Amino acid sequence: MPDHVSTSPNETPLNPDGYDVLVVGGGNAALAAALSAREQGATVLVLEAAPKALRAGNSRHTRDLRCMHEKPTSVMSGSYAEDEFYKDILSVTGGKTDEKLARMTIQASAQCVDWMKRQGVRFQHALVGTLQLGRTNAFFLGGGKAMMNAYYDAALRCGVQVVYDAEVVDVVIQGGAFRNATVLRSGNRTQVTAKAVVVAAGGFESNLQWLKKAWGPTADNILIRGTPYNQGKVIERLLAAGAQSVGDSKEGHMVAIDSRSPKFDGGIVTRLDCISLGIVVNIRGERFYDEGEDFWPKRYAIWGKLVADQPEQIAYCFFDAKSMGKFMPTLYPAINANSIAELAALLKLPVQSVVDTIKTYNEAVKPGAFNHEILDDCKTQGLKPEKTHWALKIDQPPFYAFGLRPGLTFTFFGLKVDEQARVLMKSGGPASNVFAAGESMIGNILGKGYVAGIGVTIGNVFGRIAGRSAAQRALKSEPTEDVPQEAARHVVG
Amino acid sequence: MLSAELLEEGQHLMTVCNACRYCEGYCAVWKAMETRSVFKAEDLNYLSNLCHNCSACYYSCQYTAPHEFNLNPPKTLAKLRVQTYAQYAWPRPLAAAFQRNGVLVSAVVVVMLIGFMLAATLGLGRRLFEPVAGADFLALIPHSILVATFTAAAAFVGLALLIGFLRFWRDVGEPYNALFSPKAWGRAFMDVATMTNLDNDGAGCPYPTESASESRRWFHQLTMYGFLSCFVATILGAIRFDVLGHHGTSPYESLPVIFGSLGGIGLLVGTTGLLMLMKRRNADIIDHTQDGMDLSFMLLLMLIAATGLILLLARQTAAMGSLLIVHLALVMTLFLTMPYGKFVHGLYRSGALLKWALERSRKAAAVKP
Repeated sequence: MPDHVSTSPNETPLNPDGYDVLVVGGGNAALAAALSAREQGATVLVLEAAPKALRAGNSRHTRDLRCMHEKPTSVMSGSYAEDEFYKDILSVTGGKTDEKLARMTIQASAQCVDWMKRQGVRFQHALVGTLQLGRTNAFFLGGGKAMMNAYYDAALRCGVQVVYDAEVVDVVIQGGAFRNATVLRSGNRTQVTAKAVVVAAGGFESNLQWLKKAWGPTADNILIRGTPYNQGKVIERLLAAGAQSVGDSKEGHMVAIDSRSPKFDGGIVTRLDCISLGIVVNIRGERFYDEGEDFWPKRYAIWGKLVADQPEQIAYCFFDAKSMGKFMPTLYPAINANSIAELAALLKLPVQSVVDTIKTYNEAVKPGAFNHEILDDCKTQGLKPEKTHWALKIDQPPFYAFGLRPGLTFTFFGLKVDEQARVLMKSGGPASNVFAAGESMIGNILGKGYVAGIGVTIGNVFGRIAGRSAAQRALKSEPTEDVPQEAARHVVG
Repeated sequence: MLSAELLEEGQHLMTVCNACRYCEGYCAVWKAMETRSVFKAEDLNYLSNLCHNCSACYYSCQYTAPHEFNLNPPKTLAKLRVQTYAQYAWPRPLAAAFQRNGVLVSAVVVVMLIGFMLAATLGLGRRLFEPVAGADFLALIPHSILVATFTAAAAFVGLALLIGFLRFWRDVGEPYNALFSPKAWGRAFMDVATMTNLDNDGAGCPYPTESASESRRWFHQLTMYGFLSCFVATILGAIRFDVLGHHGTSPYESLPVIFGSLGGIGLLVGTTGLLMLMKRRNADIIDHTQDGMDLSFMLLLMLIAATGLILLLARQTAAMGSLLIVHLALVMTLFLTMPYGKFVHGLYRSGALLKWALERSRKAAAVKP
């Protein structure tokens, strides 16, 4: 073995006697679990597959979480009641949710901000900046990486052991109970034992082979917006060992992003917010969906799937000089030309078809008072499909276009859990000491669709439950309801 | 002028940042960025001077290396900033002083020391090393010579700083008449006086390392107020002599001595603290080509404060003459190098904060019907 590997500062020795709780993963759900388990007095090991600089999975790219609240708080305006929150989940999932788990998550979301603040996470004030979700969502000061830095600092302070570059490649389950995990570090395999394990290692979105199995050849044209480290290996091992799965492996949080974005890890800047201002055509130059169906924050999450269903998984958003600058700035400049034909030629699209589509569209646009802030009366008449709001003629040069690709944020297929975050086994009943949180089990609540900020909420709520349950299981104490924070602190000493 | 490479680096940074905006809760840079959609050289010049180099954005950034976007906001902005110092310098040939600034300042110190020593020994001979009755500095150096040299230096330095500031002001796209806005001056004054942009909403800044603290803000303000207090002491001393006609040594309880001593202590503690923090900086976000400039400015302030305080305590002794020469030589060096060293950061950052105050009130006016 080369010298530099054995002397790497990252080679923190693992405790040969094992741990009370092993947490697989290093994002929001994993750290919430680790901190909660530590609060109960458990010894905790966190195994993060990524190097320190890229730690925290997709949480690194998050910005906010969705929280129920009855009155304005320092970080959210207005109120957002349980029923409204649940209705939002129902509407995006089309009913594909577990009401019990969803409502439990919503109720627990009311405590998320306070809990996170106690760990050192800082929030932006309500209604500052360009945020459209100031009522329903609380925004981290500095975004998700800042949140995760605070978590890791808290973990260091309270004695959670964190190891980076440590990929869990196998878990051994015997008699419905976790025994040990195999971790790959610098090419070496080591076994780690723990009395309980929390799986919070994301979905399988970065595993291109798995994606291909789920999507077929289409998968080659999907861009992964988040971490390249979510390989889904632990989910796979647990399913093979008899765990119950949840969700459809083709479902996930997928948005339409700039076709020039990196294959992995492009994050927030790859998004395009121009779709509701223009029209979108496929590679044949034809429209395929109502671009103005509803407000963009309510529709952005369906467009990834829409584009993925088009030939060659690509589409193009066209708009004109009137709309330029009316949406969030983009990472790459819009492609532009002085005529539609020129622009279509630049994009290697069938010129006549694009010209005809836009001509037909322009003729179908009815006069109205354009207002992007409301569901206005600018619409088309006689088109298939219609554009029902914000329909403006595309007639003022220069003309602009962006190529769109499906951008997968994370997958929903994962482990079925109960309200204590215990992984359910096919043989019936929960595994005694295996828990899951975050994207690894998000499919329990999201059968499809996405509502902004709910990923972090589910990660936080289930992370805390999983960490607490795992610690209590490991320490053999009877599970109690919601241990008060102060008492928990006292136990840790 | 801005090199094509640095312009591209700055534009890449601002393009990614403006599409992300996660840092908008931190400081003025990101709020000012959001009001722009293109980033020309002058925008980068403005934003880089608005940056207080606290690095909160760096530690929060999802696009730092090893990410392929390879962002490093504090370092890129520092590189842009130092090139604006050279761009605005007057007279132009002296812009070269911003390269190898530490060596240059040291050389000026040596020249000043030799010059003052020569002049003093030629003029005073052995009297230089004898105690002076009443510890009166002016018994050693005639008032007229002191006033003539320092007034000439002050006039030149004042002009150089003024021209530099006006060049900055025009470059970042502001008309001269925009300078006549008392409200903007008031807001900018408060931003400078409290350094609110280093506060990050109460947590302080992650400098010198990742954990946030207010230490830099405190040490910087001790240095800044110490400097201003010494400046006030000098003016009070001149008033005392020229207006009130009190010749002879200022007693300990006189205003010039009180301001000078407090200022000296502030400078000493402030610069020592800043130097200690500087030693522990995260090397990944530092433009090390500026180390000499930073270091020479702080050491100069520290030495001026130290020699000034020693001079106050030892002014009754035979060492007074030598101490006075060393102190004056250092002060003259600071004076002459002010427009060509780290001092200008205060000038252009204040200017950027003034522009930021104007931009905020324009935005507020535009929102009103």
